[in-house]
Amino acid sequence: MPTEQLSERPDGVRRLENVVIRFAGDSGDGMQLTGDRFGAQAAAIGNDVATLPNYPAEIRAPTGTVAGVSSYQLHIADHDISTPGDQPDVLIAMNPAALKANVTELRPGGVIIVDTDTFTVLGLEKAGYEADPLTDGSLDAYQVHAINLTGFASAAVADHNLKRKDAARTKNMFALGLVSWMFSQPIEDTIEYLRKRFASKPDVQAANIAALRAGVIYGETTEAFANVYEVKPAALPPGTYRHLKGNKAVAYGLVAAAHQAGMPLFLGAYPITPASEILHELAILASNDVRSFQAEDEIAAIGAAIGGSFAGMLGVTVTSGPGMALKAEALGLAVIMELPLVIVNVQRGGPSTGLPTKTEQSDLLQALYGRHGEAPIPVIAVRSPADGFNAAMEAARIALAYRTPVILLSDAYIANGSEPWRVPEVAELPFIGIDLATEANAVDEAGNPVFHPYARDPATLARPLAIPGTPGLTHRIGGLEKADQTGAVSYDPDNHDLMIRTRQAKIDGIDVPPLEVDDPSGAPGSGADVLVIGWGSTWGPIGEACQTVRAAGMKVAQAHLRHISPLPANLASVLSEYHTVLVPEMNLGQLAGHLRRETLIDTVGYNQTRGMPFRSAELASVIIRVIQGITEEDTTGDNAAKVLGDVAARLAASTGAATAGTATSQDATPEAGR
Amino acid sequence: MSEVNETSGATAEEPAGGGSGRRAPTVADFTTPQEVRWCPGCGDHAILSTMRGLLPALGVAPENTVIVSGIGCSSRLPYYLDTYGIHSIHGRAPSFATGISINRPDLSVWVVTGDGDALSIGGNHLIHALRRNVNLKILLFNNQIYGLTKGQFSPASKVGTVSPSSPHGSLDYPFNPVALALGAGATFVARTVDSDRRHLTATLTAAAAHQGAALVEIRQGCPTFSAIPRQPRGAAGAPSDTDNPASPDLGPIRLSPGLPIVFGGNEQWGVIRDPSTGELAIGNGGDSRVVVHDPGTPNSTYAYGLARLAETALAEPPIGVYRSVSQPSFDQLYQERLATARPGGRGDLRTLMTGADSWVVAG
Ligand code: SF4
Repeated sequence: MPTEQLSERPDGVRRLENVVIRFAGDSGDGMQLTGDRFGAQAAAIGNDVATLPNYPAEIRAPTGTVAGVSSYQLHIADHDISTPGDQPDVLIAMNPAALKANVTELRPGGVIIVDTDTFTVLGLEKAGYEADPLTDGSLDAYQVHAINLTGFASAAVADHNLKRKDAARTKNMFALGLVSWMFSQPIEDTIEYLRKRFASKPDVQAANIAALRAGVIYGETTEAFANVYEVKPAALPPGTYRHLKGNKAVAYGLVAAAHQAGMPLFLGAYPITPASEILHELAILASNDVRSFQAEDEIAAIGAAIGGSFAGMLGVTVTSGPGMALKAEALGLAVIMELPLVIVNVQRGGPSTGLPTKTEQSDLLQALYGRHGEAPIPVIAVRSPADGFNAAMEAARIALAYRTPVILLSDAYIANGSEPWRVPEVAELPFIGIDLATEANAVDEAGNPVFHPYARDPATLARPLAIPGTPGLTHRIGGLEKADQTGAVSYDPDNHDLMIRTRQAKIDGIDVPPLEVDDPSGAPGSGADVLVIGWGSTWGPIGEACQTVRAAGMKVAQAHLRHISPLPANLASVLSEYHTVLVPEMNLGQLAGHLRRETLIDTVGYNQTRGMPFRSAELASVIIRVIQGITEEDTTGDNAAKVLGDVAARLAASTGAATAGTATSQDATPEAGR
Repeated sequence: MSEVNETSGATAEEPAGGGSGRRAPTVADFTTPQEVRWCPGCGDHAILSTMRGLLPALGVAPENTVIVSGIGCSSRLPYYLDTYGIHSIHGRAPSFATGISINRPDLSVWVVTGDGDALSIGGNHLIHALRRNVNLKILLFNNQIYGLTKGQFSPASKVGTVSPSSPHGSLDYPFNPVALALGAGATFVARTVDSDRRHLTATLTAAAAHQGAALVEIRQGCPTFSAIPRQPRGAAGAPSDTDNPASPDLGPIRLSPGLPIVFGGNEQWGVIRDPSTGELAIGNGGDSRVVVHDPGTPNSTYAYGLARLAETALAEPPIGVYRSVSQPSFDQLYQERLATARPGGRGDLRTLMTGADSWVVAG
């Protein structure tokens, strides 16, 4: 089975370091809830948990088809982990389509649990199976447990007055009970959860609890499973922990930021996948002085947020790529008005509607450059689900301190994924409040005190903010170019040049912590030859890949960018210490291009846009190939060119194309970024 | 060097505004030293001077007044009034104003827009601000043309308007701003003209007093690009001998709450309602079916019929308050929701972050 077995207890319970489990079923089968509960149970017993929900864009794709399959993968471990795992060890498939869509990713020798009730002629046909995989030998490489989950669940809830169809729907809880038993997880928290969730429907509540319990009992009493497993608690630093999804972490970070700034939080938002959940989270927090407003469109959403900022709120808007495109004009206004504003882009597969429920990092260049005029905006990225909290606070800190819009990039993988989060004490959080202007800051020609909205703090170049209601400081600002200091409309050429340079200098001068490199073998220049640098959600897979490479006896350094604009001041000097800089990205090389522009350093890209996060094993093999490329390098050759040559040759061979395209396959071939 | 100073605040020695203990604000308190840059003869001058006279009379201090505009000739207005203001982007003024108004019920928030800004690029924001009944006073300067971009036809231009972008005459059917606002569920809708200061003042005063969204269409002359008739005639000394109720010489019908809608020098015509269909038509001033104007009619069908009447039967649309009904504003509901959500004050951050599903790892 799954991973290395550490020990076997006298009672037959085998201990695992970690295991990857995937629940898969039709989008109406409740797999997201099932996975979520299993993750919560694992977290509650102290495992480290990372999750990867994956669901179709349509709310209800045709039932029983591969297109309609929804899945939820969990990685649980007795040590610190940062990815949801490459390959499942255990697959629970609620129908043939779920089996078909997921079995190829299962680890050879892995465990499959299927619901035989759905393996009918029609079910197989809808999934596109010509023969029954349960009998045709195609699953011989796995340990298959074919169980009538629907039948057992229906029987277990027979006393609860449910219609047949509703009774059958408790099969997900039966499956959860069974898998909970298999991994020695108590189900009490889930029972409590079901009590609350179905409080208004006593029959449904009782039936779900009965099905859950029946799943546990089925495991205990049948001989079908040879082994029961256990993953011990991870050694997390002491504290209060919570299992947190990325979207919720961002929402909480924004609430904490407003709290620490002493301002109300105001969100203007328009629903868009996969960002809507941040709107939902903030909408229920009115009791924490969070004001949320669902606007009529993306433009009105940012418009209202800017209006809120002008009126003294911490203005925020959340969206995804297509919404960012619609907000672009208003971003220009926020830049020239120099108002604090946080814009969260939860990236998804693009362009256009693209893959709305899948992940991608392809809005980086949009965030950095996607505006009219010279309109610099700081860009920072979330690296993991729980990191959304700190990243959102950092975005708000910069927005307030420098009176600027800030773009916070998350993505669908982070948004829906989850991991344990150590709940901070409020006293640990930084104070990020700013002083609003209350009195005149200049004198006019007649010597009268006046307010100059574009006078600047010499240290930060931030302008003073005077909010409506402040006597004596009335002023008008807007999209027309401002005169330095007074903020009056000015068409003067020299003033325009000055203001453009000043706005740029303000952003360039933002205090950004230096880039840190993780390399056990030594500091930059004296350790590894290869540095892997990433941004956003590739942090987990890159980190695990580097650990794998080091475990194999090779040296590799890792660095990850929180701030992408402005970049850390030491970036160029760090990069120049390495023979090769590898940049894995879920796009066609957007960071690589930005790094080259900003540092004149060429990097080697490894790019994929499959809507799914990188697998750490795949990245590890890429890193090893890059390291070996260096080792084998002859004294006259240039390594990156060699790698590029390799890739071009391989692509030409496989596609017949004359020029190198993008390695989008799982083939572990680095793509050169130059 | 700045061309013009758009932002001078009031001086400290002479605080502007009407706060407690301070003198009542004056026209000067609401006036910036800004050079006004509209074409000579533009109707906007008259609207600005009316606003300068009106705002002090409303009793709201300059610092508690916020004026948000979009883009266009009309949208220059905030620069000339010494309040807080945003000269925003094309068509989006209602969205910025919404973000200000719902969060700050202590402020009086105005939107200044034009027919291109509000009815074309910003149509969506206008209808939603009206639908929500956000506490905004929306002044829609309707000159039926794009003035700032040099005279293209607008969504309010009559069919056949010859302009640089419609050299053979425009083909589009125009919006009727009052009918559009009524369709969007606006609780206060009025129409007035730039050239009748008394009517303009009275209408804007009524709009300012309304709790909720108030849309005022101000028919505004643009002598530079548009030749629409804008001098209201018929108020006094209108020719009484005309026998055509659609004669432009009559000037617009003036709507007065509680009074029958009659017009013409001798009140020889009136708006009558067909009792069988409910339709409005032009008839005899002495007809017993002449309608008594009631902007408080709950059903907006009447106001809508009145708004559309001019399209077929009159030279110019009636002016006055078409509709004024009471309905809780979005701002009020929004603030109430916030207040009820946190009866004991702001929720504790640590409690929120900890949630109900956390666990403790012992040291
Ligand atoms: S173009 Fe027309 S609307 Fe614009 S300022 Fe001149 S006269 Fe007024």
